[in-house]
Parts: sequence; structure tokens; C-alpha cells
Amino acid sequence: MMNPKTQNKVAIGTLYGIAGLVVLILMALLGYILVSGLPQLSWHFLTAPAKAFLKGGGVGIQLYNSFYLLILAMLISFPIALGAAIYLYEYAKDNWVTTTIRTAIEILSSLPSVVVGLFGFLFFVVKLNLGFSILSGAFALTFFNLPLLTRSIEDSLRTIDTTQREGGLALGLSRWETVTRVILPAAVPSILTGVILSAGRVFGEAAALIYTAGQSAPALDFTDWNPFNISSPLNPMRPAETLAVHIWKINSEGIMPDAKAISSGSSAVLVLAILLFNFAARYLGKRLYKRLTSA
Amino acid sequence: MFLSNDLTQNTEMLERHVVQPTDPQHPTILSTEDLHVYYGKKEAISEGDLRFASNQITALIGPSGSGKSTFLRSLNRMNDRIATVTGKIMYRGVDINQPDIDVYEMRRRVGMVFQRPNPFAKSIYDNIAFALRLRGVTDKHVLDEIVETSLKQAALWNQVKDDLNKSALALSGGQAQRLCIARAIAVKPDILLLDEPASALDPVSTSQLEDTLLDLKQHYSIIIVTHNMQQAGRISEYTAFFNQGRVLEYDTTSHIFTNPQVQITSDYVSGNFG
Repeated sequence: MMNPKTQNKVAIGTLYGIAGLVVLILMALLGYILVSGLPQLSWHFLTAPAKAFLKGGGVGIQLYNSFYLLILAMLISFPIALGAAIYLYEYAKDNWVTTTIRTAIEILSSLPSVVVGLFGFLFFVVKLNLGFSILSGAFALTFFNLPLLTRSIEDSLRTIDTTQREGGLALGLSRWETVTRVILPAAVPSILTGVILSAGRVFGEAAALIYTAGQSAPALDFTDWNPFNISSPLNPMRPAETLAVHIWKINSEGIMPDAKAISSGSSAVLVLAILLFNFAARYLGKRLYKRLTSA
Repeated sequence: MFLSNDLTQNTEMLERHVVQPTDPQHPTILSTEDLHVYYGKKEAISEGDLRFASNQITALIGPSGSGKSTFLRSLNRMNDRIATVTGKIMYRGVDINQPDIDVYEMRRRVGMVFQRPNPFAKSIYDNIAFALRLRGVTDKHVLDEIVETSLKQAALWNQVKDDLNKSALALSGGQAQRLCIARAIAVKPDILLLDEPASALDPVSTSQLEDTLLDLKQHYSIIIVTHNMQQAGRISEYTAFFNQGRVLEYDTTSHIFTNPQVQITSDYVSGNFG
């Protein structure tokens, strides 16, 4: 028998070991991606269109497509997730209906993204005749994103103390006023963290997009912002290969001579973009929280 | 001045002793009739027939789980979603416990302060002003004035007048609780319900809060749940003793504390039980 003190030391040591291992693996992965990818990066690489057969192509269009799809997917999924979370946590009573909804959300959130992609292909691309398009991709990503985002917003609402709700109601505010004026402003940082996390997942998602947003990146004319023109960057009906899909495609069937370098470069860009996005959103969340709560 | 509705007064201890306030200078502002509260099938409160005098402080005392908080929260229908409340709650001649009452308007007249200070994650100013803005008060001067008078009434103005735009979350427990009082009186209620407002505060803050309540009773009728017997004795005119969901004794505070008529009240106020 160990005495409690030794026991505690062993436990702490083990936990440190596990945490260290996780950090080490992460560092190694990140380090490998950055070390092999960073040398490939240049302004040309970030802005030039990809080349199918020659070396020296870039990822400009894929990068743009990734951001555009992310924004569209978030614009569609965030309001739905927010509404669902508010309903589930603030209004719905605990009964079999809400239990069923919660179970459905949990099952949906563990759905493999390739299944979401195939469903998106059959339903949006074929049945609704949207074709391989940004819109199909955005809808597929919404399906992919909705369950987790709803869960995370619901969890954010849960972190706000019940006494805050009672405080609002006791002042004669309606439940809706209490939610929108008291609870949501206080929950903003936590909601934003959830949005960032899911944005990272969406940004790096490939499987759900291969059959929905397509694997081709037609040339874009960045001077044409009329969304109805086929070469306009804003056109949601054009096929749009994203960065993540690009990486997958190069590695499986890339025939350009510098395929490996482009793949490494793209991976580094993907990782950096997600990091950048994280920091920016965090900063924004703090600013927003300050403005809403004058903390 | 006080009429007993109990005609069987004698020297023996009674089962139940309820004397409703009848002071003509402080007419009844709120009363309950045949009030029952159920959590699911379980009855938490039965036959709470009480009358509350205006511009006085009424203390609700009793052991934990005796139903005093449940009773208080039923008065402005904060229990609507978790409990079933039957019977009448008469406020200025209107039964506010009926479904077609505008609950939100009613809660503005019957304000509430909770056990734990719950300032909103907003500035001190906005904590008070935002509910008013939602009700259409947008004039900056009017808002400024209401914020100032409410904070003064809650005895907080001098401490925060230069920090009105700072977050209310930075206030100490006692200050936060007084901000909650200021917030509650800013919407100009008639009645203030307080649910153990001092239980999370230190002795100095508690004593300041009690002074504030004594000042406030000029303008508001106050009903306060408290665990603290001395507090009830110090500030209230009337005291109701709750036990197991029933009001066992209701009388002036001085009677309850010096000459309780029910054995269990006597045991409770003398600290032998509870």
C-alpha cells in the first residue's frame, strides 16, 4: 500500500506524462507540417491559380473558395443552431420530444462526414439540381456543422446562471427579452469559442465537400463581383474546390511535377489560416464582450 | 388595534395563531386566499391566508424547507414554470394569480431581490437603465435621474457615482446586492419581495442593507424571507412563522418574539429547533 502522499505524486506524474505526450504529438505534427510547408509559401503561391500539369501553380482560388464556403455555411448554420439552442435550453420543457431532439442531434453529430457528403450529393446536387456548387457544399457543411454548433451554443447558455434569468423576469421582462438582452450578451464569448471551433472543423473539412462543392476550381475574375456571372467569385452556383479538397486531390491524383511541394504548402496554409482565424475571432470576442457588458 | 381571528385564546399553547394586520394607516396591499402550491403532486404550501400591510416590513421566518421561499416566489409568480399555484393572490383588488393577468406588468409592480446578488453582465448604469429602455424610457435625462435616485435609495450612489460605466460584476457582494435593490426599485414597484437578501453578505453589509430596507419602507411594502431571527426582529413590523408548508403563527413581530402563542414558534424563535 502506498501512502496517500506518494499516491498523489504518482497520479500527478502520470497525468503530466499523458498531457506531455499529447502536447508532444501535436507539436510534432504541427512542426512537420510547418517545416515542410512554410518554405513553399510565397505571395505567388497564395494568389496564383492552380496548374494541372505544370509546376509553379498556386492555391489562390482554393483558398478563396474555402473562406467563401466557410462564411456561407456559417451564415446558414449559425442562425438555425442559435434558434435551436435557445429553444432547447430556454423554452422547451424536459419531455420525450426534447429528449428525442437531443438524441437526434447527438446521432447527427457523430455521422461520418463522408456520409453527409454522399447525402448532400444525392439530395442537393442531384435531387434539388443544384449541381456541384458552393451552395450544395454550404448546405452539406450546414448538416455537418449544425449538431455540434447547436450543442455548443446550448452549453454556452447553460453556463449562464439561472439567477440571471430570474433577475430579468423579476424586472418584468418577458422570457424573450431576458434571453436576448441578458443571457445572450453574457454568453457571447463562450458562443464565439464554439463558433470558432466549428469553423475550424468546417474549414478543414474535405469528405463532405468532394461530392457537393466539387473538385474543380474554375478560373475566377476577381474584378467581377456580380454574383450572377459564372466567373464571379461571389457566384454560389459554381463548382468550388476548397483547400482541404485540393490537398486530398493532389495526394490521390495530382500529376503536376511539384505535387508534393504544393500539398505541403497547402497544408501549411490550411493550418495557418485556422490559427489566424482562431486568434482573430478570440480578439473579436473579447472586444464584443467588452462592448456588450462594459466589463 | 389588532384583532385576533382566533376566538379560542387561552393560556394553553395553540396549534395555530394568525392575527392579520388591521392598522388603518397601513391598509392591506397584498393578500393571499386559500393559497396552495404543488410541485408535481406534492403539496408544498397549504392554506396560506395572509394579509400584508402597505409600507411595512413583513418577515417570513421558519426552518429550511418550511415553504417560506416558495410562498414568496409564488407572490410574483416566479414559480409559474416549476410549480402549480392555486388560490387567490389579491393585489389592489385584482387576483394576480389568474391566467389572463399580464405577468410581466405585474412583476414590475411586485419586484424581487434574490438570495444571491445577481447583477447582469452590464455596466452599473445599464443594470438599472436597460429594463426602463425596453419599456420606452429613452430620454437620457430621465434615465440619468432614475438611475441616480434608485442608487441613492439603495444607498449605493456615493460609492459608485464615478464608476457608472464600469461593469457591475466588479462590485463587492454587498454593493452588488444593493445594486439589485436599486434595479428592482427603478421600475417603480409597489411591493418588494426579498428572498434572504443578506444571507450571502458579511455582517457590515448586512447591517447597511437593513438600514436601507428601513428607509425603503416609506415608499414600498416589503416582504422579506429571512433565516436570521435577529434580522426579523430588527426590521420587521409583522412576522409569519412557516412550518411544513403552513403558516403556524402570524402576528406583530414583537408578539411573535416576546409572546409566541404556538409552542413550535416559541421553540423556533428561542433557538430550540430549526
